[in-house]
Amino acid sequence: MAGNIKIRAKAQGGETSVKALMTHPMETGLRKDKKTGEIVPAHFITEVTCKWKDEVVLTALWSGGVSQNPYLAYKFKGGAAGDPIELTWLDNKGGTETAIEKIE
Amino acid sequence: MIDAKRRILLKGSLAAGAVGVAVGAGLLAPRTVLAAWPQAAFDAKDVGSALKALLGIDAGEASGDITIKAPDIAENGAVVPVTVESTLPGVKTIIIVAEGNQTPLIASFNLGAAAIPSVSTRIKMGKTANVQALVQTADKTFTASKEVKVTIGGCGG
Repeated sequence: MAGNIKIRAKAQGGETSVKALMTHPMETGLRKDKKTGEIVPAHFITEVTCKWKDEVVLTALWSGGVSQNPYLAYKFKGGAAGDPIELTWLDNKGGTETAIEKIE
Repeated sequence: MIDAKRRILLKGSLAAGAVGVAVGAGLLAPRTVLAAWPQAAFDAKDVGSALKALLGIDAGEASGDITIKAPDIAENGAVVPVTVESTLPGVKTIIIVAEGNQTPLIASFNLGAAAIPSVSTRIKMGKTANVQALVQTADKTFTASKEVKVTIGGCGG
């Protein structure tokens, strides 16, 4: 579970754009280990919840088809410098991580 | 037990959003949340059945108001940047599908009231195929697609 989430949020012209990078292997469960020939068990983020203050702006449901160390960018109306942006992910093994960053 | 719960939750399209809010409020443990994740849709091996499991319909109506930004040629199929934007009013959900993948459904984004219909992520593509974006509004589902040529597949094997 070690890793971190990087969030960058900028407010401009009444809109806020958020860019986030997560650290996760995103194993599909379909890939074989080249050395052992055994299938690598699935381990990927299933759900990402993005909040602005207490409001949920975006919920992403993912499969293992999202690339390793996932990138997510989205936009929303409103937001001002200093407002908190929160991102939480959950994975298929019950792992979770949350990060909060202020809008620039 | 978990299976039974999942069936019930799948029936309500609002369930996913509601559970997301509940998690935010710390009301539910992560394990319970997995029940809201549309397993059948993500496990589906073809686009039609994935969409059927997720939305209840197997295709959307073609629309020129959906923009897919993705490279024409992706050198590395493991990391294909995709942006989906739409000018359609009242967008509730944006779905990304890689038609050539073993399990084509990649992601489904549920937009809150403040969200602008514009999401970007990076996806894996096993081979050259269409990337399809579906946009769900209050009463309809629209679709657009763009071909991405993949030089090296990104699904291992």
